Amino acid sequence: MSAPLLEVRHLSVDFPTRRGTLLAIDDVSFDIAPGEVLGVVGESGAGKSLTGAAIIGLLEPPGRIAGGEILLEGRRIDKLPHEDMRKLRGRHIGAIFQDPLTSLNPLYTVGRQLVETIRTHLPLSEKQARERAIALLADTGIPAPEARFDQYPHQFSGGMRQRVVIALALAAEPKLIVADEPTTALDVSIQAQIIALLKKVCREHGAAVMLVTHDMGVIAETCDRVAVMYAGRIVEIGPVADVIHRPAHPYTVGLMGSIPAMDEDRERLLQIDGAMPRLNAIPAGCAFNPRCPKVFDRCRVERPDLAQAGATRAACWLLASHGAAS
Amino acid sequence: MNKPLVEVQDLAKTFEVSAPWLNRVVEGKPRQFVHAVDGVSFDIGRGRTLALVGESGCGKSTVARLLVGLYAPTRGTIRFDGQDTRAVFASAGGQALHRRMQMIFQDPFASLNPRWKVLDIVAEPLREHGLVQGKAAVQDRVGELLKSVGLAAADAAKFPHQFSGGQRQRISIARALATQPEFLVCDEPTSALDVSVQAQVLNIMKDLQQRQGLTYLFISHNLAVVRHVADDVGVMYLGRLVEVAPKAELFARPRHPYTRMLLDAIPDIGMSGRARTPVQGEVPNPLEPPSGCSFHPRCPHANERCRSERPLQQMLGGIRIACHAVEEGRI
Amino acid sequence: MPSALQRFFDGDVWHSFRTSPVAMAAAAVALLCIFCAVFAHWVAPHNPFDLASLELGDARLPPAWEDEGKPKYLLGTDDQGRDVLSALMYGARISLLVGLASVAVSVVVGVGLGLLSGFVGGRVDALIMRICDVMLSFPSILIALLIDGVGRALFPNAHDTLAFAVLILAIALPGWVPYARTVRGSTMVERNKEYVQAARVIGVSSGRIMLRHVLPNVMGPVLVLSTIQVASAILIEATLSFLGVGVPPTQPSLGTLIRVGNDFLFSGEWWITIFPGLVLVMISLSINLLGDWLRDAMNPRLR
Repeated sequence: MSAPLLEVRHLSVDFPTRRGTLLAIDDVSFDIAPGEVLGVVGESGAGKSLTGAAIIGLLEPPGRIAGGEILLEGRRIDKLPHEDMRKLRGRHIGAIFQDPLTSLNPLYTVGRQLVETIRTHLPLSEKQARERAIALLADTGIPAPEARFDQYPHQFSGGMRQRVVIALALAAEPKLIVADEPTTALDVSIQAQIIALLKKVCREHGAAVMLVTHDMGVIAETCDRVAVMYAGRIVEIGPVADVIHRPAHPYTVGLMGSIPAMDEDRERLLQIDGAMPRLNAIPAGCAFNPRCPKVFDRCRVERPDLAQAGATRAACWLLASHGAAS
Repeated sequence: MNKPLVEVQDLAKTFEVSAPWLNRVVEGKPRQFVHAVDGVSFDIGRGRTLALVGESGCGKSTVARLLVGLYAPTRGTIRFDGQDTRAVFASAGGQALHRRMQMIFQDPFASLNPRWKVLDIVAEPLREHGLVQGKAAVQDRVGELLKSVGLAAADAAKFPHQFSGGQRQRISIARALATQPEFLVCDEPTSALDVSVQAQVLNIMKDLQQRQGLTYLFISHNLAVVRHVADDVGVMYLGRLVEVAPKAELFARPRHPYTRMLLDAIPDIGMSGRARTPVQGEVPNPLEPPSGCSFHPRCPHANERCRSERPLQQMLGGIRIACHAVEEGRI
Repeated sequence: MPSALQRFFDGDVWHSFRTSPVAMAAAAVALLCIFCAVFAHWVAPHNPFDLASLELGDARLPPAWEDEGKPKYLLGTDDQGRDVLSALMYGARISLLVGLASVAVSVVVGVGLGLLSGFVGGRVDALIMRICDVMLSFPSILIALLIDGVGRALFPNAHDTLAFAVLILAIALPGWVPYARTVRGSTMVERNKEYVQAARVIGVSSGRIMLRHVLPNVMGPVLVLSTIQVASAILIEATLSFLGVGVPPTQPSLGTLIRVGNDFLFSGEWWITIFPGLVLVMISLSINLLGDWLRDAMNPRLR
C-alpha cells in the first residue's frame, strides 16, 4: 500500500471565547490515499466544514488548531507560516466551496481568474496558461470554452459557475481537493451533473478528494470511503457500501434509518430523539450517549476509540473488539 | 365527502420585474414580466397530501402563497370547500377563511419573530380570532399545542433563539395548528433541517394528519421526502404542471420526460447501480421561456409540435399529464 | 433580578462596556453632567435665578483658585453676580431638556414615516424619500432658524412654553430624516421575512403587523442614532441660543451663557464664557463617544 497523501493525526480545533474555550473538533484522525475520494458526512455542528477549513488553512479566528498534526505527503502543514500556506493552497490543495456566486471574483473574467491561478503556481507563459485554461474549461463540460473564456461570472448559470470553480480548483494540478458542500446550492438535476463531473475530472487528473457534505446520497454516488462525524469526533469510518448498508455505530444506524429512501415505503422514519449537543454542553464519555438506544454505563464515562467492526471502524463500546459486555 | 377540499383551475400569477420607470424611459427598455405560475390546475382531496415538486424557479412556492392568499391570482380560480378564495379574502369573510387554512414556512430562523416569546407567537392566531379568552386559558391552550408537537409547555416562556432549527419548526407547526385549520400548506418545511431532525418533524406531521384529518399541500424539491409523505404528486417546471399522479404511479411509471429525468437524477443511496440517462442542460431563464413546451430544449423526445405548441393538461386514466409525446403515444 | 435585566447583564453589550475604558469614562462623565443637570435645584450651591439672592458687589469675580476669587463662587461670577457653577448646572438642564425633547419628537416622526415608507412601498415610499432628500439639502441650522423665525413672527408675545415648543420643533424637524431612512431600510428587510408572512396568513392587519412585529425588530439602530443625535441637538440649540434665537433669555441654556460671556472675553473675564463652553464640549463629546461604543457593541459582525 502506497504512502497516504494526507494524514490527519489527533487534530483538535477550538474557539477561545470569553465564556470559555469551545472544543469544536476533538482528536480526529484519518488518512486519504492518493486518488481516493473520502466523504466526510455529518449534521450541522458536527465539525465537518471546520475539518476541511483546518486542512486548507482557512480557519477563521478565533478558531485555531489546538493540537495534532496535518501532514501532506509526509510534510507537516498545520504550522506553516501564512506565505507558505498560501503557496500550498492552489498548488497542492485545491478548494471548492458551496456557493459558486461568492467563490468567483465578479470583477474579472473567468479566463483571467483561471490564467492568474495557473501562472501563480506553474511556470507557464501567458499563452500556455491560456491554452491550459481553455482545456480545463472544456474538461469541465463548458460548451464553447474559447468564447466563455472572456465572459464574467454573472454571465454563467449556477451549475456552469460551479464547473468553473472546479476548473479553478484543478488549475494547478493539486493532489488533493477539499470540496465543502459543492452541490448543496444547486438544483437536483444539476447536482447529478456536477457529481459526475467531479468524479470524472478528479480521476483523470489523479487528484484525491475530501468531500464534505450532509447529503448521504451524494456520498453514496461519489465516495470510496466515508467518515461519519458527530459533535466534533469521527464515530465511524470505512468503505461507503459498508457504512451505508452495514453501519456499526448506533448513530450511523439512526442516521441511515432516518433518511427516506427511494426504494421502500415506510410508515414512520426512524428517528433519533434529541439533538446534537451544543459545543458548550458536550456529554462526558461518548458524545452520543444521551441519545443512544443502546447506552450502558461505560458509555457515560469513557470516550471510545475507533475499533474494528467488520469492514468499518466505529467508536463504540458495544463492539466485540473492545471486549465489551455482550 | 367526495368533493375535493381544494380545487385549482388554470391558476396563473405574473410578476412585473421591469427596470424602474426612469431607466425604462431613458434607456428604452421594455417592460418585463415573469410568469411565475402559468396555468396550473389540480385538486386536493380531504385528508390527503398533495406534494408539489420541482426545481428552483418552477413556481411551487408561488402556488403555495397563492393558495393561502398572500398573493392575488392574475388569472384562474381557487376554490376552497366550494368557495372562491379570492372573493372571500377580499370580503369580510376573509378572517374565517384564514382560520381554516394555515402555512408552515421553510426557514425556521426567519419564520418566528425573534423579539416575541414563544407564548405570544403561538397565541397570536388565538388572540387575533378571539378564540380563547383570558390569560390563563390562552396559556393552557398554548401548552396543549406545544405538547402536541413534542415540546414542553414550559417552553412557552422562552425566546426562539433558545431553540434549535427542528424545535423552531415545531413551534411553527404549533402556531399553524392553533386555529384548528383543515388545510395546511407546507413550503419546504424540512429542507433547512438535518436529516435526523427532518425525520422527527415528518413523523410529527404524519401523526397530526392522522389524528386531526388534516389536508396538506407539501412543497419540496426532495423527491425522497415527497415519496414518504405524499398521496399524490405534482411535478412543476417553469410555472407549469407537467404531471400529476398518485405517488405509487408516479414513482413506478413516470410518464413525462421531465419527471423521468428528475427521478433519474436523484443520488442513489441504495446504490442499485442502475443505468442513467445523462441529464442535459439547465433550467432556462424565466424571463425568456422557450416557446411551445418549455421543456423542449432538454427533452430527448421533442419534435416540431413541441417547439411551437404548448401541451395542454389531459387526463390519462387518473393521471394529469401535459406532453405531446405521451399524447401521441410516442413514449 | 427581573429576567430581562439579567439577560442584559449576561449579554455581549454589557461585557463590551465593561472592557472598554473609553465607554466607561464617557458614561461616567455623561452621567455626572446629567445628574447635576437634573438635580440642579438641590446640587447647585446657589440659585442664579433668584434675583433677591444676588449681590452685585460680587459681580465679575474670577474662579476661586485665583487671587481675587471667593471660595463661595467656585467658578467665579458673571456681570450680575450670578454664580457661574450654578448657572452652568441650570443651563445644562435646559440644554439637555431641549436636546432630549427634540430627539424624542424626531424619533416618533422619523420612525413612523420610515415604517410607513418601508412597509407600504410604492408611491408613498417615493414621496417620503423625496421629502427626505429635500430636507437633507438644507443645513439643519438654516431650517431651525427658519422655523424659529416663523414662530416668532406668528407669536410675537409668546409665552416661554410656546417659545420652547417652537424651539424643540425647530431642532426636531431636520432631525427626523436619518431615522426615517434607517428604519425604512430595516423595515424593507423585515417585511420579506417569513414571520411577517406568517402573520398575514393568520389574518393580522397590516397596521398591526407594522407596529407589533416589525417595529420591535427595527429599533436597534434607532437607539444608537438617538444617542448621537442628542449631542447634535444640544449643539444646535447652543448655536441657536448663541445667535440669540434659541431659548428665551429668562431661562438661559449653555449657549446663552456662552453668548453672554462672550462679551466679556476681551476684558479678561474669561471664565464666564469658557466654562459653559467646556461643559458643552464635555457633554457632547461623552455622548458621542457613548454612541460610538454602542454602535460597535451592537454590531453583530464586530462581536
